[in-house]
Amino acid sequence: MTATFAFYLFAITLLTGGLMVVTSKNPVHSVLWLIVCFFNAAGLFILLGAEFLAMLLVIVYVGAVAVLFLFVVMMLDIDFRALQRGALKNLPLGLAVSGVILAEVLLVASGWQPGTGVVMNDALAGPPAGMTNTQWIGSQLYTRYVFVFSMAGLLLLAAMIGAIVLTHRRRVGTKKQNISVQNARTPASAVGVGKAPVGQGVEL
Amino acid sequence: MHPIVTSIAIAGPEVILTLGSLAALMLGTFSAPGRALAATSLFAIAILAVAGFALLDGPAGTALAFDGLYVADDFSAFLKVIIFTATAASVVLAQPWLNESRTGRFEYPVLMLLSALGMAVMVSANDLLSLYIGLELTALPSYVLAAFHRADNRSAEAGLKYFVLGALASGILLYGVTLVYGFAGSTQFDIIAGIVSGQTERSLGLLFGIVFIIAGMAFKVSAVPFHMWTPDVYEGAPTPVAAFFSAAPKAAALGLMARVLVVAFPGNVAADWQQIIIFIAIASMVLGAVAAVAQTNIKRLLAYSSIANIGFALVGLTPGSPAGVSALLFYTTVYVAMTLGSFLVVLQLRRPDGETVEQMADLAGLSKTQPKLAAALAIFMFSLAGIPPLLGFWPKFAVFQAAIAAGLVPLAIIGFIASVVAAFYYLRLIKIMYFDEPAVALASEGSAANGTMIAAAALFCSPIGMLAMSPLAAATARAAAALFPA
Repeated sequence: MTATFAFYLFAITLLTGGLMVVTSKNPVHSVLWLIVCFFNAAGLFILLGAEFLAMLLVIVYVGAVAVLFLFVVMMLDIDFRALQRGALKNLPLGLAVSGVILAEVLLVASGWQPGTGVVMNDALAGPPAGMTNTQWIGSQLYTRYVFVFSMAGLLLLAAMIGAIVLTHRRRVGTKKQNISVQNARTPASAVGVGKAPVGQGVEL
Repeated sequence: MHPIVTSIAIAGPEVILTLGSLAALMLGTFSAPGRALAATSLFAIAILAVAGFALLDGPAGTALAFDGLYVADDFSAFLKVIIFTATAASVVLAQPWLNESRTGRFEYPVLMLLSALGMAVMVSANDLLSLYIGLELTALPSYVLAAFHRADNRSAEAGLKYFVLGALASGILLYGVTLVYGFAGSTQFDIIAGIVSGQTERSLGLLFGIVFIIAGMAFKVSAVPFHMWTPDVYEGAPTPVAAFFSAAPKAAALGLMARVLVVAFPGNVAADWQQIIIFIAIASMVLGAVAAVAQTNIKRLLAYSSIANIGFALVGLTPGSPAGVSALLFYTTVYVAMTLGSFLVVLQLRRPDGETVEQMADLAGLSKTQPKLAAALAIFMFSLAGIPPLLGFWPKFAVFQAAIAAGLVPLAIIGFIASVVAAFYYLRLIKIMYFDEPAVALASEGSAANGTMIAAAALFCSPIGMLAMSPLAAATARAAAALFPA
């Protein structure tokens, strides 16, 4: 009973939040609604018994991705009025495309026969006794799926190199502290006595 | 021995590329700024060579590793040789450009190594998970390479365009992967094959999954109707990067497509995906041939030429037979040599103002100013057009032969007509070079290494290259046989 109530609560809030992401006028509000969506999706995961995925969603998506979105949205000065005017012009086309995709998805969904023919052939059997969900995922990730896991690590490395290549520039004229140069200064190199002729400036 | 040790031994080339790319990154970071690029490039070429030699030491026959996520067989070994060679050539051919431009940074060869690693994973994928990771690892460095000349707006635009469309294609592919997993109950190719051939009635969900997976991969090989990015990205990206895009990643993606479709979806489903591949092949051949006629920019012309060539190569995949896959591999090998050769000639030429050649009109009278390069480019164009004595004719012949043997006569006829249309613009380029009055005196500025590579590619594509045909045919037949276990 409680689980059913919780499911409908999370599901309805999730759908409402998703609707608000798309329709709200202020992009910052959209991102905030997105965070609401993430939290409710995490709730649904917990109801399914997938607490690790739930925590992942909250930590990675809310903690990192949504905050990044917020930064980007707030830093970019976008004229959303103009964008929305353009969106209205393209609305019929967009509706047509999403209508086609919706029809396709419905077609697939109607073809779904739960339980017949589909056996999860090489699916994991679930955690053995005495092991939690999270432990089980970790142990599989580092043994059976270690190949794709490490390749995903290299993918992130490639992304990092790419970000540095595309944005890093060596600037000239920036003032940086060089401690060894400071320590190597002697009074002789720093202090001098000069003559200041009358009516003229000093030359330094 | 622990299974992980055995797996690492089987995946030797990937391990070497992984460690090598990390070492190359360190080398570039810690060597003196002036020498970093040259040192990293040499190191990258050495790593690719070592990875290539590791293939010789690979397991005999078919060997699964990492719980079936990875497979090493003759098919993957053959394609890896092409991939490593083409990537090494792409590193070499970029050197003059990198030294001239202000963006000559040592990350260039490192990104190429990472991309080559992704391609190696692609052709060795035996699971939808490794397929996806391989594709992404190939694509992500490619997006960066397209935008490598970041001060140039066109390059930045090319990178952004490629990234946005590529991310969309990846999303479509992933959706297909989830559908296949949901309806087949596995992501491993051989297990999917077992389930698919055991099904009596065809599953609509599985079919949708296959369609989405093909759409995602068609984007990567730039087949029509997912080709729109190709001309823009080739035109905007730096020329050496466009040369890279047109060679190694195409070979890897074609190999991946062949492996997924042939290994994972045999039997009843094969007839379903064959229809899609037939459509894609026809559309690519026809559009590639017709749209190229109106081009004035050489890079765009070569982009459309690569679209058309992918169409011809996919004709080899349509029968889903050993002969067809063998013809596809043969086509890929010759195509890589032809396209790299054409791009090398374009890279070698400089306008009087020091810029690289972009417009076809600039090539007018090239036979008088640069007779050797003009002759090489003419060989590549004749070969791309598929004029008989040149090597480019034979793979076209092989794919059509495979299609006809499978009863796909209309497909072969359409392909023949498309290749006649395509011959028009290849011959037009030759006419501009040989019969038009010289417009600007083009200089040959490139390095000796690039000159040697042009000569080697031209020799390979010339009638002399037919000497290489029988060993090549034996190798492709052996590689294709690996996909069809007896």
